[in-house]
Amino acid sequence: MTTLKPIVAIMALAGAIMAAVPTLAQAPVPAPVVQEAAPPAAAPAAVPATPAAPAFAHAAPEAGIGQPVPGAITLQPQFTEVGADARWMHNAVLMPIITVISLFVLLLLLYAVFRYRAKVNPLPSGTSHNTFIEVMWTLAPVVILVVIAVPSIQLLAKQYAAPRADLTVKVIGNQWYWTYQYPDNGDFEIVSNMLREKDEIPAGQRARTDADGPRLLAVDERMVVPAGAVVKLIVTSNDVIHSFAVPAFWAKMDAVPGRLNETWFKVDRPGVYYGQCSELCGARHAYMPIAVEVVPPARFAAWVASKGGTMKGAAPAAPAANETVPAAAPAQGATAS
Amino acid sequence: MTDTTATAAPFQLYEDHGHGHHAEHLPGFFQRWFMSTNHKDIGILYLIFAIFAGIVGGAISGLMRLELAAPGIQYLPLWAGTDNFDTALHLWNVLITAHGLIMVFFMVMPAMVGGFGNYFVPIMIGAPDMAFPRMNNISFWLLVPAFILLLSSTFVSGGTGPGAGTGWTVYAPLSTSGSAGPAVDLGILALHIAGASSILGAINFITTILNMRAPGMTLHKMPLFAWSMLVTSFLLLLALPVLAAAITMLLTDRNFGTTFFDASGGGDPILYQHLFWFFGHPEVYIMILPGFGMISHIIATFSRKPVFGYLGMAYAMVAIGVVGFIVWAHHMFTTGLSVNTKMYFTAATMVIAVPTGIKIFSWIATMWGGSLSFRTPMVWALGFVFMFTVGGVTGVVLANGGIDNYVHDTYYVIAHFHYVLSLGAVFALFAGFYYWFPKMSGKNYSELLGQLHFWLFFAGVNMLFFPMHFLGLQGMPRRYPDYPDAYSYWNHFASIGYGVMLLGMLVFFVNVIVSLVAGRKAAANPWGEGATTLEWTLPSPPPFHQFEQLPRID
Repeated sequence: MTTLKPIVAIMALAGAIMAAVPTLAQAPVPAPVVQEAAPPAAAPAAVPATPAAPAFAHAAPEAGIGQPVPGAITLQPQFTEVGADARWMHNAVLMPIITVISLFVLLLLLYAVFRYRAKVNPLPSGTSHNTFIEVMWTLAPVVILVVIAVPSIQLLAKQYAAPRADLTVKVIGNQWYWTYQYPDNGDFEIVSNMLREKDEIPAGQRARTDADGPRLLAVDERMVVPAGAVVKLIVTSNDVIHSFAVPAFWAKMDAVPGRLNETWFKVDRPGVYYGQCSELCGARHAYMPIAVEVVPPARFAAWVASKGGTMKGAAPAAPAANETVPAAAPAQGATAS
Repeated sequence: MTDTTATAAPFQLYEDHGHGHHAEHLPGFFQRWFMSTNHKDIGILYLIFAIFAGIVGGAISGLMRLELAAPGIQYLPLWAGTDNFDTALHLWNVLITAHGLIMVFFMVMPAMVGGFGNYFVPIMIGAPDMAFPRMNNISFWLLVPAFILLLSSTFVSGGTGPGAGTGWTVYAPLSTSGSAGPAVDLGILALHIAGASSILGAINFITTILNMRAPGMTLHKMPLFAWSMLVTSFLLLLALPVLAAAITMLLTDRNFGTTFFDASGGGDPILYQHLFWFFGHPEVYIMILPGFGMISHIIATFSRKPVFGYLGMAYAMVAIGVVGFIVWAHHMFTTGLSVNTKMYFTAATMVIAVPTGIKIFSWIATMWGGSLSFRTPMVWALGFVFMFTVGGVTGVVLANGGIDNYVHDTYYVIAHFHYVLSLGAVFALFAGFYYWFPKMSGKNYSELLGQLHFWLFFAGVNMLFFPMHFLGLQGMPRRYPDYPDAYSYWNHFASIGYGVMLLGMLVFFVNVIVSLVAGRKAAANPWGEGATTLEWTLPSPPPFHQFEQLPRID
């Protein structure tokens, strides 16, 4: 295109040519990254939070579960009942219907193109009305839409019929990271930042490893929830609108400043499930992923303890025992409130 | 006595001109093109403007596809000329914002409404010109400063970097407290001026169509393109003031301390979204309805048959226009609406499929029993019907609030609206361009290059946009300059599709230039008996003033 060249030229002129991989140095207004906040707080011995000394042994992600698959063309596998229903609705109701309609229109077009081309049909008919067929092609779509609408409305109703919550997590969007608060467990807060690649950050800082998850999805602190529990999310934002989304749960809820939006999920299968911010929120919109780790209830208690929180009904001081938690663990967690 | 002769003489002179050599007394170049009150010249100006804006908007999408061709950030720091990573990422948001605004407000709308609408509505209804020729002129000339304002916004600060990086939806609070600097203000002013231009144009069309139809042309005999422009004009007239209100509130929130969209002062960011989409949803019909009108004429012409179900076609457009105003919140399914609201908007949105289905089937029925010839406009029209169907059925998927929860703000949405716009509205624009090119220019285009353009463009945009369905189903969010590596295969594939489409566009520009320079002279009606509307009764190109004696329609 003719205008492309000047634009590129101007841009190239204006700026020096950059190194191929930009250093992802924290900008003047840094997000309160956990690695920066943690060392001064306590435990001077346990310097930067290296993956070698985890307070809580996090699970590793599994390929094809809770994350996209290279080259795949379908919905991600679903791990909530709502998600399974919706996936069925999409795969078994909507996709067949829209495929058949599209192919039907294509076949009609192709038939008309071959059957009525001028060579074969030199004399056009003068037909311009047929009330019966016009009524039919008005009513047929109505019937199809009713067929779609019934399960669609049921699905919506189900999404909003949240059972009594076993756990409430407050999800707060920030430019450009997420914080998770656990009001049921001593109201501690987790700050969740994306992990960068080794070559993008100064040596010594925690870089992403494959155990953390794929590039652009891995975070330093995951939201951890117990398996089999109904988790209520209260979603809001500190600055602009973000959107909390985990495709594998069929969950997406905008984080709007000044509003407390509510959604929920219940996942039985332990694992790590990823999502990404889904509402344009400024420069690093693509760099504030979401990682939810679903763990057996006992391990959840251990994780809560490692963050300095308490389990409902448990004595505040007692670190929930059944997991081998290093003694220094509670001090090393994120900013406990 | 002397007085009488003095005034009579010029009158005599004028009469002589009128009957004599007509076309040789055009106004001078500057007066003709910069002070025009002639609907055909203004239409041409709009088309030139739209092509220019389309080149800019298309080049921007090329930059975007280049960056997205592989995972990682490859080009943004270079293009932004900075080693500040946030500024480089901000450039991405500026690109997506500019691409959206330019394509919507400065390419599709000027081409459809301003270009073809201005040129052909008066002719089709047998009118000598638009009702308000001077207002027509200012409608066009408001668009130019609007475009300049929008482009100039990229040179001033938008907060994290130069330019407005809010997305074309300009959601608060990203566009208010989230974007310091004057860039967003310039963008808002650009939208204001473009909106004023469209409102004036809409008033002009409504007045023209309702008052200036030739004797005997009742509304129910009016060509479908004029019908589509009438409905579009009402949508513009009703929707754009709402946009103007919303972005004015943005302006005062940004500059004068109001808190319409700021919760800390009692406002609500969701209010902005309601206002924006009350405009924004009719806007998508504004972009496609004129295309519906054009496609009807083109299919009828090349089937040598009248349009099937004319009244159904006209009222289907009216129905789409009316229902289009009561479905806006399907763009907001994840903002925390109540379940009853979502159920209503799910059901209402799906209703739109009914009149759209009527149109699709009526186009096929128009071909049925016809005698089809596959000239370039017809090929584009056939491509339109199928591609619009594909974009339409994914719209039915998205209409389901429960399903939208997953695909909202993913590439599935990008695929959907590019199928209805980039393969719908743009196909209609090309169909109309080839259909009316001989009429407007007086020259025939190259059939070979036209067909080549179609097949390259068709292959390219399908390669470009179809894989986006897959990306969306896999969960890839919109407006991302970088993505997890799992999404790289289809992104790379889509970027190759852009290259194929670009080849097609090069063929288009070659065709336009070659045809204008060396095209054979076009007949008054190059399409034969199927072309029945009034423009084909005039020579190609039409005289500077047509219908000095109004045609009678029986």
